[in-house]
Amino acid sequence: MNTKEYMAEARGDTPGQAAAAASKPAPEIKAPEYRLIGKSTSRIDGREVVTGAAKYTHDVKLRGMLIGKILRSPRAAAEIVSIDLAPALAMPGVAGAIKLAEGKVRYAGQQVAAVAAVDERTAEKALALVKVEYKSLPYVVDWEKARDASAPQVRDGKPNVEKINEYGRGDVEKGLAEADVVVEKTYRTGFEVHNPTETHGSVAAWDGDHLTVYDSTQNVHSVRDGLARALKVPAANVTVIKNYMGGGFGSKLGVNDYTIASATLARQTERPVKVLLSRRDNAVCVGYRPSSSQTYKIGAKKDGTLTALQLTNMASGGIGAGDDVSEPAVDIYKCPNCKVFEETVYTNTGASRAMRAPGHTQGAFGLEGAMDEVAAALDMDPLELRKKNYSTRNQGDTGLPYSSKGLDKCYDLGARAIGWERRNRRPGAGGGTGPWRRGIGVATSIWFGAGVPGTLADVVLYPDMSVEVICGTQDIGCGTRTHMAVVAAETLGLDPKDITVKLGNSDYPWAPGSGGSQTTPSVAPAVRDAALKAVGRLMAVAAAQLKVEAADIVMTGRKFSAKSDPAKAAAFADVYRALRRETVFHGERGGMPMDQFAFNTFGAHFAEVEVNIETGQVHVLKYVAAQDSGQVVNKLTADSQVIGGVTQGLSAALFEERVMDDATGNPVNPNMRDYKIATALDIPEIISIFVDVFDPRCNNLGVKGLGEPARVPSSPAVANAVYNAIGVHVREIPMTPKRVLEALKRKESGS
Amino acid sequence: MEKKPDRKTPGGVSRRDFIKGMGTGALGTAVLPPLLGQTIVTKKGRVPVYEKKTIALTVNGQKVSLEVAANETLLDVLRDRLDLTGAKKVCDRGECGGCTVQLDGVPVYACMTLAIRADGRTVRTIEGLAEGDKLHPVQEAFIEKDGYQCGYCTPGFIMASAAFLEKTPAPSLDEIKQALSGNLCRCGNYAKIYGAVDAAAKKLKGA
Repeated sequence: MNTKEYMAEARGDTPGQAAAAASKPAPEIKAPEYRLIGKSTSRIDGREVVTGAAKYTHDVKLRGMLIGKILRSPRAAAEIVSIDLAPALAMPGVAGAIKLAEGKVRYAGQQVAAVAAVDERTAEKALALVKVEYKSLPYVVDWEKARDASAPQVRDGKPNVEKINEYGRGDVEKGLAEADVVVEKTYRTGFEVHNPTETHGSVAAWDGDHLTVYDSTQNVHSVRDGLARALKVPAANVTVIKNYMGGGFGSKLGVNDYTIASATLARQTERPVKVLLSRRDNAVCVGYRPSSSQTYKIGAKKDGTLTALQLTNMASGGIGAGDDVSEPAVDIYKCPNCKVFEETVYTNTGASRAMRAPGHTQGAFGLEGAMDEVAAALDMDPLELRKKNYSTRNQGDTGLPYSSKGLDKCYDLGARAIGWERRNRRPGAGGGTGPWRRGIGVATSIWFGAGVPGTLADVVLYPDMSVEVICGTQDIGCGTRTHMAVVAAETLGLDPKDITVKLGNSDYPWAPGSGGSQTTPSVAPAVRDAALKAVGRLMAVAAAQLKVEAADIVMTGRKFSAKSDPAKAAAFADVYRALRRETVFHGERGGMPMDQFAFNTFGAHFAEVEVNIETGQVHVLKYVAAQDSGQVVNKLTADSQVIGGVTQGLSAALFEERVMDDATGNPVNPNMRDYKIATALDIPEIISIFVDVFDPRCNNLGVKGLGEPARVPSSPAVANAVYNAIGVHVREIPMTPKRVLEALKRKESGS
Repeated sequence: MEKKPDRKTPGGVSRRDFIKGMGTGALGTAVLPPLLGQTIVTKKGRVPVYEKKTIALTVNGQKVSLEVAANETLLDVLRDRLDLTGAKKVCDRGECGGCTVQLDGVPVYACMTLAIRADGRTVRTIEGLAEGDKLHPVQEAFIEKDGYQCGYCTPGFIMASAAFLEKTPAPSLDEIKQALSGNLCRCGNYAKIYGAVDAAAKKLKGA
């Protein structure tokens, strides 16, 4: 998937809609002093979560509910000759069964049939009774083998290797000829599985012709629309609900085949049906981060000025396309000559999906590793090399200036916090105690995350003085409920706990999917807009009560008063009560001048590690993450976002890799033990720094996204620290002890 | 912290997989039905082979009696039959700690504990940790320090932490990390979680 498609998917774009909204420029405003925004507010739903009262999709239980189970192909490629559901349907306790495949299956784990039964055990037994006759077809699982011309074709009549991206500016050959130093290296990233704690799942129930689906999803609106299309029912007759969700990380963005299966079984059986995927399913059929093999050829002058930047990438994403990883190479550094050529190779494994900063995460690992190797070749401080090539405008197609960019501040504050001067001046030059070598590394990120124009939110004032904020967004763990309450409370002069927040329902006002780091920069400005309108109405009421012009009214604390005569004042409560009935204020996230500015988020991460040169073990000792995501809404939850991004990147850098059995196309480690995920023992002190950048062009609060920016530079920061410690770049993640030792051997042999 | 249940040996079939598979697996079908209702001799002496058994246990202070299948886990009983959905089924094989509850005060993976093992014993789940409206200090600390993101692993972490602090009232940071290393947080919020447990230890000391 390329980043544009991902962002469009996460936004839930309908053609023209976003563009039309984008043309309305946001009003210029100054950075105000806030009472709540940017401070720390503990989550308003904390009690529900810590008492176990929070209901996730897995916890939904409806009267008469059946359990659905999906039969998956054990073969990596086969022709389905026949599927016989009758023996399963004949089993007592089985209420329904459907076929889910015809023709060919192209990977082991592809859905074939589904049953619904009174309980899980019965459903499992019934699955075993479904008779499927397969005719095996040739297949290829390993992406390097799939590149051979003689390899079995994964897609009928199409080659396994396909171009996914090509880009160029300037003249790379000329740039390389002008360079004093040319570095050419290949960096690889493996298959990283999302493994959200709550596995994917849905509960579907029909009431007449209205379908209600509880879904573990990052996008209630796109699931609604997808279900309507698949089931051929009006979208108005479908409601999708997601109250709480146990993680998604990009793998739960659109409508899924199991959700359609649960709704189909529910229609067939006339009873609610719950379908939950297994942990194993997470490794086969709901996506993963596609692999990459990126070769960078970079030319630089003696003073560090980049003269050429060439990237060739081979991605692999199973039966789907892999990620375009070029954005960091194209846009982070100023370089007049840049050339990109990317291909993907298809294999008989499940399709990859967007995973937290798709493409950028892989690309930053390659580019930032190569930048450190260029710095070493120039005998230059890697941070100085990055600053030397600092850009203030988009380097890609638009060439527009960034609306704001605080990356320079990130570099300076981050370097100070980690103690950058303590690094080894040359990679591996530090010595150490016994077998342990220490090093410090840096990496940079660029990401989007400006939010989506046209996002809607309502503020409702009730006559009993309760306040409700409603938005059809999702809280996927970022603290969206609390962000909405903070913005509404800030604007209305109330406390966050005074605000009732409603979200996670496709019947509520439209908001984009919670992906692309756009939830807060979409939703918070919409809530702000609605709350400002509510304040405007209250001020008008106060003006009428105090018999002054509305423009003369100021709201301070829980009081309205006249600027011209401060003795004229009305209590907030008295003004509020005068509204008499509940009043709804519609808010919308305004547009941004996208024809004049590039809107991006930035960050610089610094890691300190120790590496055991005898065993290849890596420990991360200290970590500093400096972010420019504009105005922070809630410092407490923003800190958590950064800590999570760093931790996932550290985990991917050192541990995480799905391994496939090439002989069968089934995963070798489809669980949470053999697929190693970082634990508390692996995590050092993590310091997050939010640089002070105000970007009023972006939206009415200057808020930008944070979830993905905090993930992009974390794996390369760890890898570059390892390089600084041992003097050889491992160039492949995860940096398992084996790979670290192989790199050390490479260093010894001087190759 | 009490030793967590044995993990599966690489490539092998765990005792639990075997037991869970009894209902459907070929091995179970072939071997066990003739034995059901009878007794077999093990190292521990003569033990009955149940198909189903009525067990009595105390859950969050309430006495409960119900008939369970021999291969039913405590987690399935809590979630599906007692509607206590706080403990989560994440890996369903003792790898992540998302289902941690306390059995006689000791944290156990409920997915690795057969329901019949809870017969005559006391089970405490996340739903029973607060005293009325008064949250347990660990729960308070998880809110104050933002010790979670999506919240799915949180009940497991809190139950493990509360039991750990009972035994180790003044833990070092390393002891906290060690104690929580059997619980996975996929959002990666460990740095906040051990901060919360440290804060809870201080609260409990002051209490």
